[in-house]
Amino acid sequence: MTVIDSPRTPARPARRSGVNLEKWGWVYMRASGVLLVVLIFGHLFVNLMVGEGVHAIDFGFVGGKWADPFWQWWDVLMLWLALIHGTNGMRTLVNDYTNPGMVQKVLKGALLVSAVVLLVLGTLVVFTFEPCPAGAPADLLPSFCPAA
Amino acid sequence: MTTATLENTSAGTADAATRSFTVTFLIRRFDPDVDTEPRWQDFDVEMYATDRVLDALHKIKWEQDGSLTFRRSCAHGICGSDAMRINGRNRLACKTLIKDLDISKPIYVEAIKGLPLEKDLVVDMEPFFASYREVQPFLQSTSAPAPGKERVQSVAERARFDDTTKCILCAACTSSCPVFWTDGQYFGPAAIVNAHRFIFDSRDDEAKVRLDILNDKEGVWRCRTTFNCTDACPRGIEVTKAIAEVKQAILRGKP
Repeated sequence: MTVIDSPRTPARPARRSGVNLEKWGWVYMRASGVLLVVLIFGHLFVNLMVGEGVHAIDFGFVGGKWADPFWQWWDVLMLWLALIHGTNGMRTLVNDYTNPGMVQKVLKGALLVSAVVLLVLGTLVVFTFEPCPAGAPADLLPSFCPAA
Repeated sequence: MTTATLENTSAGTADAATRSFTVTFLIRRFDPDVDTEPRWQDFDVEMYATDRVLDALHKIKWEQDGSLTFRRSCAHGICGSDAMRINGRNRLACKTLIKDLDISKPIYVEAIKGLPLEKDLVVDMEPFFASYREVQPFLQSTSAPAPGKERVQSVAERARFDDTTKCILCAACTSSCPVFWTDGQYFGPAAIVNAHRFIFDSRDDEAKVRLDILNDKEGVWRCRTTFNCTDACPRGIEVTKAIAEVKQAILRGKP
């Protein structure tokens, strides 16, 4: 015998309360998007248009920027906001194009791992960048280092 | 709206309105008893510019191939039975005039996408209505109006959700949504539109419940604002705008 549900039985259980990642993911995409517009166009303007413009970009130019805490934080902020923004976008693509199951888990896992590795590596490089490491052979150092 | 008036009936326009021409229809047929895959079949139909796609389907069914299967009830754009994909766009067959289509090429007619195909232009609407039922699309009030009085609502309060009252549940929006096509788990624009209709109704007291239902993994956050639904709606509802208003209501925690 088929038992008919009472009229107001929800077809799927109501979402349990607590933090809703889907909601905060959506908010993050909007907020980071607005910030990234400022950060990325600021980055492009300073690198490509100010002073000598694009011709000024070389190893020394980047080294000089990363000697300044302002540009360190600018670039790290851009890295974190953009990478998480992009990874979350890729996650929604995975949600849209795969069915729940092993493949989806593997793809999302790969996204998470690659994002974490890139974030850690990128942050480490920006904050610990040393254009003239002490004790390096002189022929490997750029010309502006005192040891070269 | 242009209606033919007596003053316009000069010889030239009368000719154009009464001249019939042959229109080719390519219809995506599927008979579950015979076919393993849907197949395209072409029909030539004698049509007038003022005819609708539904008239063509009728002519085919009545005069050429009685096995052609499609839903239609009122044939006047109110019942929402005959949503189908016409030239790649979800439209009501009864509201699509031949004069608005390019008849120098065949007109493609197929069932709406994303719902299980049953036969020819008929799909199983049950998943669509299941989502609709889940958002509790009925008035729920915790307070009774004063004895002998009605529930009072100002013109502004009524206007707040006027757009979403127009929905006829034809599924043109939901079945045009690329997110709905992926796995069919997404609530879909139609369910959100009908939730919107009660969430923003000043007489209703359970907006919070509906907002919680739509604040789900498969709820409003899956909307990518591709505007397919707004384009598909035969009633001209601004569907994507309604979804955005529900998103903002969830962020606020109240309508």
